[in-house]
Amino acid sequence: MMPSASGTIRIGPGATTLPGRSAPTVPIAPHEPVRVRGGIGENAPRPDGIPKVKGEFAYSSDLWAEGMLWGVTVRSPYPRARIVSIDTAAAAALPGVASVLLAHDVPGRRHFGMEIIDQPVLASAAEEIRYQGEAVAIIAADEPETARRAAALVRVEYEELEPVTDPEAALLPGTPHLHAGGNITRHVKIRHGDQDVTAAVVVRGSYEVGMQDQAFLGPESGLAVPDGAGGVDLFISTQWLHIDRDQVAACLGLEPPQVRLTLAGVGGAFGAREDISLQVHCCLLALRTGRPVKMMYSREESFFGHVHRHPGVLHYEHGATRDGDLVYVRCRIVLDGGAYASSSRAVAANAACFSCGPYEVPNATIDSFVSYTNNPPCGAMRGFGAVQTAFAHESQMDKLAAALGMDPVELRIRNAMKEGTALPTGQRVEGAAPVAELLRSIRDMPAPPALDLEHPDLRLLPGGVANTTHGEGVTRGVGYGVGFKNVCFAEGFNDYSTARVRLDGTPDGPTVYIHTAASEVGQGLTTILAQIARTELGVERVIVLPADTNVGGAGSTSASRQTYMTGGAVKAACEVVRRRVLERAIEQLGENPGDLSLEAPDIVSHARGVLTDLETVLADGHVEETFEYHHRKTWPLDPETGQGEAHVQFAFAAHRATVDVDTELGLVRVVEMATAQDVGKALNPQAVEGQIEGGTSQGVGFALMEEIQVVDGRIINPSFTDYLIPTILDMPKVVMDIMELGDPHAPYGVKGVGEPPSISSTPAVVAAIRQATGRELARIPVRPDQIVGIAP
Amino acid sequence: MHVLQPDSLAEALAAKAEHPDAVPVAGGTDVMVEFNFDRRRPAAMLDLTRVPELAQCGRDNGTVRLGSGVTYTRLISELAAELPGLAIASRTVGSPQIRNRGTVGGNLGTASPAGDALPPLIANSARVEVASAARGPRFVDAADFIVRPKQSALEPDELIVAVHVPAARGPQQFAKIGSRNAMVIAVASFALVVDREARTVGTAIGSAGPTVNRAAEAEAFLGGALADADQWNRPSTLDRAVVTRFGELVAAAARPRDDLRGTAAYRRHALGVVARRALVWAWRDLERTD
Amino acid sequence: MRVDCTINGKPEQIDTGWEGESLLHSLRERLGLNGSKNACEQGECGSCSIYLDGVLVCACLVPTVQAAGRTLVTIEGLPGPEGELHHVQQAFLDAGAVQCGFCTPGLIMATHELLGRNPEPTEPEVREALAGNLCRCTGYEKILDAVQAAAAAGRA
Repeated sequence: MMPSASGTIRIGPGATTLPGRSAPTVPIAPHEPVRVRGGIGENAPRPDGIPKVKGEFAYSSDLWAEGMLWGVTVRSPYPRARIVSIDTAAAAALPGVASVLLAHDVPGRRHFGMEIIDQPVLASAAEEIRYQGEAVAIIAADEPETARRAAALVRVEYEELEPVTDPEAALLPGTPHLHAGGNITRHVKIRHGDQDVTAAVVVRGSYEVGMQDQAFLGPESGLAVPDGAGGVDLFISTQWLHIDRDQVAACLGLEPPQVRLTLAGVGGAFGAREDISLQVHCCLLALRTGRPVKMMYSREESFFGHVHRHPGVLHYEHGATRDGDLVYVRCRIVLDGGAYASSSRAVAANAACFSCGPYEVPNATIDSFVSYTNNPPCGAMRGFGAVQTAFAHESQMDKLAAALGMDPVELRIRNAMKEGTALPTGQRVEGAAPVAELLRSIRDMPAPPALDLEHPDLRLLPGGVANTTHGEGVTRGVGYGVGFKNVCFAEGFNDYSTARVRLDGTPDGPTVYIHTAASEVGQGLTTILAQIARTELGVERVIVLPADTNVGGAGSTSASRQTYMTGGAVKAACEVVRRRVLERAIEQLGENPGDLSLEAPDIVSHARGVLTDLETVLADGHVEETFEYHHRKTWPLDPETGQGEAHVQFAFAAHRATVDVDTELGLVRVVEMATAQDVGKALNPQAVEGQIEGGTSQGVGFALMEEIQVVDGRIINPSFTDYLIPTILDMPKVVMDIMELGDPHAPYGVKGVGEPPSISSTPAVVAAIRQATGRELARIPVRPDQIVGIAP
Repeated sequence: MHVLQPDSLAEALAAKAEHPDAVPVAGGTDVMVEFNFDRRRPAAMLDLTRVPELAQCGRDNGTVRLGSGVTYTRLISELAAELPGLAIASRTVGSPQIRNRGTVGGNLGTASPAGDALPPLIANSARVEVASAARGPRFVDAADFIVRPKQSALEPDELIVAVHVPAARGPQQFAKIGSRNAMVIAVASFALVVDREARTVGTAIGSAGPTVNRAAEAEAFLGGALADADQWNRPSTLDRAVVTRFGELVAAAARPRDDLRGTAAYRRHALGVVARRALVWAWRDLERTD
Repeated sequence: MRVDCTINGKPEQIDTGWEGESLLHSLRERLGLNGSKNACEQGECGSCSIYLDGVLVCACLVPTVQAAGRTLVTIEGLPGPEGELHHVQQAFLDAGAVQCGFCTPGLIMATHELLGRNPEPTEPEVREALAGNLCRCTGYEKILDAVQAAAAAGRA
């Protein structure tokens, strides 16, 4: 089935079956959906918009239950230590404290993890503490104040140990093993082409990437309610209900049906809610006390309570002909995974797969490592390995352009991937790979206006109203970056999403109910799902039910995959519902005209006109379908060569950054971010723009100011005072060219949107600063003293 | 925790005398952070927001008497002409929400060398008026008010009542270096006060030492250079070598350390740069008004 | 401690837990007014912005005891008597300025305050007025659009 010009799937007579479904029992005429308001392609309003602007939307931090207790966590202050003893007597004796629990109170599996089950639910003397902030005890009390006081009364005796903090040193023999299998979480090797080829022009660089944090605004929070029969209901902010459910059930020693999760309102995620944080703790306290328990992290605790983006070092060598054709890329990437694996194995693979950038690279030698250290655990963050490598490969491309005396955009266009280009893993890009088109688009966008230095407005200068310059030392620079990454999970993960769609007659007219487990984290998924249903069924009234585990899994809200996967599931379910409606109409009519289609509210014969209507069909009951949607198959990477058809889809974006730099103080103001991105098809253009603008701002933040500073394994800036994210005075205008080049395999041709903008934005900003200053700038975030030249 | 909510200055001083451990709270923008995160649980809290005397400001000859409860927002909107350097500094504090509550008195009370109001006060030779029930008012030079980080010159039974700041008698500047364009704690800051009538220049360096200090050598050097070049009588573009040397001396007067917000080397460098620029701007303003 | 004040036009009585409790905590936990958000509880994000005697403040930095006898307006107080959205709220919706929405109440309050004293703000003025409100999802672009649309609607 191919997408039609209107972006819908046509089912003609004798149509091929949808995966997993049986053939249609009656021939159905080609379907042209009635143009209903709020369908795909429109800026349909968010179903949760009104509650959000009124302050009535229930985030997980707003939950409340009668008789509820508050839970808190006692955490290790040391990055590496042994527990000698724990004394909870004083804490338990405090009036108002209902429960104090330790590792031995965990009834089921004592460990959890996304890929490797390596992290204790609660630390104990049986294993070393492996990071500052590791959970040691949990307490439930009647008031948060009481719980905090009780936490302070828990006496833990630690034997402090020397932490392992260097990810490269962690790989060396002789460094203490932090886990039984050693300190290498994963080593991904890619060997592509000739490993010994030489080139006329060679540039080398070593790049360092700091630890970025997702810094979502809504704190970690959830409410666990015991059901009185040994099970529990958890209302939680998360990116993936079912994987949370599975881990909670395993750790509580319960069967999955006894653990029911409902998605509470999520205040942003960006990867930080993929791993569990308080889920097991909260449920455990609820089951032990027999009362609802709410847990909520403070901002400071949040910095210790979730995984961060992998920092690391990336050593690169690029070889090219004198004309500027890439001959080879060799790189060794060492990412610091911190104390526990989280999703580091997948990050290691992503870093490897995307390490060379969206270019034709005939030969490559790639080694991508993630190490265990006693630094804070790292895992998923928007961009997932491709952000780190994009900084490296784009910095290298600029270096190469300089060595060749070539324009940096021309060099990129010359080597740009195209449809059919192979990655270093051997997989060819199917469908559009519009790297050259994206670059040309942003290169050709008009330049933003120059600063008015006659009458300078401080707010438009580097330093802003802090009054550090009135134009002195200010130089403008322009830089480019282009990047790509995979959409959906990879390496044979067998991803899927499930949607239950019900069409029902109600006093308000025909209504579609959509039930999935997909996490809406702010990106606008629920809006899209409603739009899809409207387009497929022609019914305007659509209700997206709360996401929970009472329906099959939807997979993670990550890897830019939800519109594709859950959108695909809703679309497919709607198609079946539509077919069933027509089958029932035929039954009711007692005849099959052979050319019926659903044009809500009517059911129409091509030849004879309106024969019946939806209301009549639904008078006999609702029509419902649950569809499990799978993407096409992927395969693992060969462990020795890194070759394999590992990915479902690739998405590309490019940025041009214009910055004004106060070269004497090293302060930067980003003047404009211009970007071009292929989104396949924009189901909601306004939401797509919002995702691009948001991803761009996270990239700007990473270039200039965002870093979790870790010294000897300790986070020294766990607050918004010193973990700086861009304010509205730091973010510039974003100018966008949104291309819709359509993926033939994806529903409506969509491509994942959320991550690409966070990949090419950071290197573009750094490149712009380099152009303004001539500094090498091999590390992000860039600091003023590097720009000024005081620090390397 | 006792909550003391006096309705007058006399009541407030009596309360402080009776509860010397009471933590005074006006805008709360520093104190509440400590309360919210359980870092401080004093035996008593002294709410100053109902003491009308503290919110008053007035002018007495050439001096502005700024009540310790006057917010940064009010300072910017009402006192920008008399206290231009302090107004520039106020605009850099936090956010509009913070400026609507934060006060110069609070900045003094918190006694952090990163307090944005402090360099303009010290460069201006401002005096802090404190008072106790037992002894009445006394004055402390702003330059002596911060003894060390988090410790002011207040006696336990005293409250900060007002700051007496000379009204501007010439151009003033303030610059604050931070790694974001809004809502930053200063990496370093610099205040400059030109007193045309007294023919002196005052300076102060913030966030680059255990206290906020003046750059005495820089001031002396500049004073001499301006006099030598008859700049007070006939202001003109300053000699580049003078500006450069001034910047070097300001940088040398800083006592910075490496910390999470920046290195000592960067702080010195940055102070030199903004000191030069501030001087050039101030002198240009002087020329223009001549 | 018992604190009496007026919130969104109604007299309210707050029984605090400990005496140094913040107004944000009281609004949320004692009165169930959850619209003001707790993204940082240290005045760095603006998600708890409310009016205290007509002045925009961070509720997390106000000790509840200081609110005695005072007048508060929270996000819950912006809609009209029938629950109709204030035009600032509508503008945020129409401009696509709401994604996860956690920053939205604070931003709406700050926008309301800005337009109340400056009905025709320039872009730098808007940015400076909203610099105390962090957003992590939107990059602020559509928030700027929303403010200008609200300004136009307010002048109409």
